[in-house]
Amino acid sequence: MVKMFQAGPPGKSIKSDCQVCYTPGSEPLKIEIESKVQALFSKTIRDLAESSFTKLGIASGSVQIKDFGALPFVMMAQIETVVKRAHPELVSVSLLPEFKQHAQYKTTRGRFRRSRLYLPGNQPKLFLNAGIHRPDCIILDLEDSVPPSEKDAARHIVRNALRTLDFFESERLVRINQGELGMLDLEAIVPHNVHVILLPKAETAEQVIAMDHKVREILKREGIDRPVYYMPILESALGVLNAREIALASKFNIALAMGLEDYTADIGTERTLEGTESFFARSMLVNAARAAGIQPIATVFSDVSNEAALRANVREAKALGFDGMGCIHPRQIKPIHEEFAPNAATVEQAKRIILAADDAQARGLGVVAVGSKMIDPPVVKRAERTIRMAVDIGMLPESWKLEV
Amino acid sequence: MKKNYEFIKNAVGRMVPTEVNGKKVVPFQGIRSYKPEGHKTAPPISSCSDYPMDGNKIVGSIKEALEKAGLKDGMTISSHHHFRNGDLIMNQVFDAAAELNKKGLMWFPSAAFPCHEPMIKHLDSGVIHHIEGSLNGPLGKYASEGKMDGLAVLRSHGGRWQAIQDGDVHIDIAVIAAPTADPLGNATGDRGPSACGLLGFGLADSMYADKVIVVTDNLVPFPCIPWQIQGQNVDYVVVLDKVGDPDKIVSGTTQLTKSPDRLYIAELTARFVKAAGIMQDGFSFQGGAGGTALAFAIYLKDMMQEAGVKARFVRGGSTKYLVEMLEEGLTDYILDGQTFDLDGVRSMRENEGHVNTSPFTSYNWHGKGNFASMVDVVVLGATEVDVNFNANVVTHSDGQMLHGIGGWQNCLFSKCTILPIPAFRDRIPVIVDEVTTIVGPGELVDVIVTERGIAINPLREDLIQATKDSGLPIRTIEEIKAEIDDLIGSVPQKPKLTDEPIGVVNWVDGTVIDTIFKIDK
Repeated sequence: MVKMFQAGPPGKSIKSDCQVCYTPGSEPLKIEIESKVQALFSKTIRDLAESSFTKLGIASGSVQIKDFGALPFVMMAQIETVVKRAHPELVSVSLLPEFKQHAQYKTTRGRFRRSRLYLPGNQPKLFLNAGIHRPDCIILDLEDSVPPSEKDAARHIVRNALRTLDFFESERLVRINQGELGMLDLEAIVPHNVHVILLPKAETAEQVIAMDHKVREILKREGIDRPVYYMPILESALGVLNAREIALASKFNIALAMGLEDYTADIGTERTLEGTESFFARSMLVNAARAAGIQPIATVFSDVSNEAALRANVREAKALGFDGMGCIHPRQIKPIHEEFAPNAATVEQAKRIILAADDAQARGLGVVAVGSKMIDPPVVKRAERTIRMAVDIGMLPESWKLEV
Repeated sequence: MKKNYEFIKNAVGRMVPTEVNGKKVVPFQGIRSYKPEGHKTAPPISSCSDYPMDGNKIVGSIKEALEKAGLKDGMTISSHHHFRNGDLIMNQVFDAAAELNKKGLMWFPSAAFPCHEPMIKHLDSGVIHHIEGSLNGPLGKYASEGKMDGLAVLRSHGGRWQAIQDGDVHIDIAVIAAPTADPLGNATGDRGPSACGLLGFGLADSMYADKVIVVTDNLVPFPCIPWQIQGQNVDYVVVLDKVGDPDKIVSGTTQLTKSPDRLYIAELTARFVKAAGIMQDGFSFQGGAGGTALAFAIYLKDMMQEAGVKARFVRGGSTKYLVEMLEEGLTDYILDGQTFDLDGVRSMRENEGHVNTSPFTSYNWHGKGNFASMVDVVVLGATEVDVNFNANVVTHSDGQMLHGIGGWQNCLFSKCTILPIPAFRDRIPVIVDEVTTIVGPGELVDVIVTERGIAINPLREDLIQATKDSGLPIRTIEEIKAEIDDLIGSVPQKPKLTDEPIGVVNWVDGTVIDTIFKIDK
């Protein structure tokens, strides 16, 4: 019996994606296409489908594509997925879309990471406009939000998205899977300008080191010399107790993140709104991260419609020492940025420090003073950060110095 | 059998037929150019001798009313969409016409909705020859496929009034569904079990039609107050169990969007209005239906509260969001053209600041002014906009005719017209080189707000100057288009259209601005 292979989401209410059926056979390749945007893109879609199968070395069999407005990078990912499901031996062949210039910007170690928006790796429709909401970080997730049967498809979609989409200066993160699957994920995504890799369920320094080795091996092989950073997620009692070692395990660590759902289950309790049960873990993480000179990042707040509770949650995280938190919906970004913002008094003080520093530099003085008080360089640095954040959320105009 | 049309190129470069449904028509000559001469049309002179002196005009059924009104083959029957998708009358009217064996009728609704799908059988059987009016949903699809005899004539709300008063369309029988009426025919929409707001869309018909039938499910003794429709214009009153389903006036276009992208567009729009200096004490705005427009009103309200600014009037499509602004003292008036939800209906009944208007006061171009041009800012939807800011609201990029014009064209005359629209939908770009159908000339479209940035019409140097230091993402329309073309992977091919027209789009002055052609299957 001839076996048919499928890729793409099931059902009929699909957006920006497509379903591909492929039946290997000996007849010359026949491709049937049905598209919601047929009237406008029938030729483009046919050209793309034909060239994709050719590039993957498939010249026979039959193919049915049902398109619901998939962008080319998505259709290519689904075609690659279905072909590899039928021919697992093609593992080393990839169908890569053009690497766009706007997908090649860099990140910096110390940038803001107040908000990081999770996007399920197998739902490209959510990627397309994610950047316009200006989260500090975008997470293309390959782990918990993707069902086991779709891991391969998500890997192709995320990889192609990294090469294609403009996330408008948001830092580009990917959460990989645990264990062996995670190593496959790294192979797929590391060469494509991923800025930060989120390592889930980090429990030991060795896990970070193993990932680091793999990443460096890939970067070396590909001849890429920019750094890839890491954000281990602590989601268990063991991970929390090993927080310090994990934080220090690689010089490419830039943050430690908290994952509370799994953590509370692991310590045998339930997550509450007050969060008393996770107080130790959160404090431990903040201290381990700070001691290692990296950013402590809080967990997600999952009640999307409750903005007041989100804000309270952010205020608490900020008070505990966290620099940012996760979000699962774009509408959470603005409240998070606002709550992480410095208060007016802090901004005023930071303005005085910056002006004093400018003044000292202009006069060639080595020492900065506000009034009679000497200001240390780290304090100046913190003041600069405060001002940047205040400008970012519109508390201060870019040209604030002119208005002083 | 399709007839041969002669075409002529109009002032926006579109080929339009010289004759539509047997009448000579004038091609579009420019936004303000065409000024017909002569007098308005008038209904026949009536005499009280022919009407009951006790004021009781009640007849037993719709069918009886149609017979008494002298329904003949080829006549025009008009109706109105104040119940939107909850209309229960018009299907019955044409069922009755079919029972009376009438053929070749023209239906002249102010808009048709998906609830009118049963009309298709009357089109198929020839009871209805064609429809002139906004065709949404299944009827739009039917006409798009070229199945309707005659052409669909799409007019704006103001254009419909103009067509009636100028005699472009002669109404033989107007049927007005009324939530409350008295036996003389006085009628109102703001009360009764089926209350739906105002009956402004039926006002012209009541004044100019040869015969007028009021159909109500809530008969009150004379006088019915307020008398939005005056019984002195009415011939017959029919009482039924139910005339409409007011719950269904809340259609899909009147629910607030949950899409984060649309909310962002709405927020950007409100910020633009503020940055441009439009949001000042005593200003006015129109927020139409559609989730993004509703969200815009909410963002604007927050900004008005924060800045302590009060509007003189808000033009609705009233919804609970506008009603809240009125009740919280953020505007002196709602000038309502169409009630979109039941909060709007209640407010109109209870609040004297909630005023019912008609297409005559708000939109009609052939009058001595209308207030659409006095509104400081309006936000409207669009299916497509081109790089010259020409906009389309009736067809999709694939050529399907799916939407009516509503008050859209009339609103373009505001002091600042903003189209908040997504830059693409399902891979289909919204900004194109040339719109499929020109419904609004680019000269009247001032600003496009998309999730990828704001484009200001170069003609509006004042707006460009006012917002240049606002920090808003202001870009050229070409830049936004280039970004989306890159994202979707290729410029879409043109849909294959035949040279067979299925409809025309009229401008507010009754001239023909564009033609809708049948899609080549």
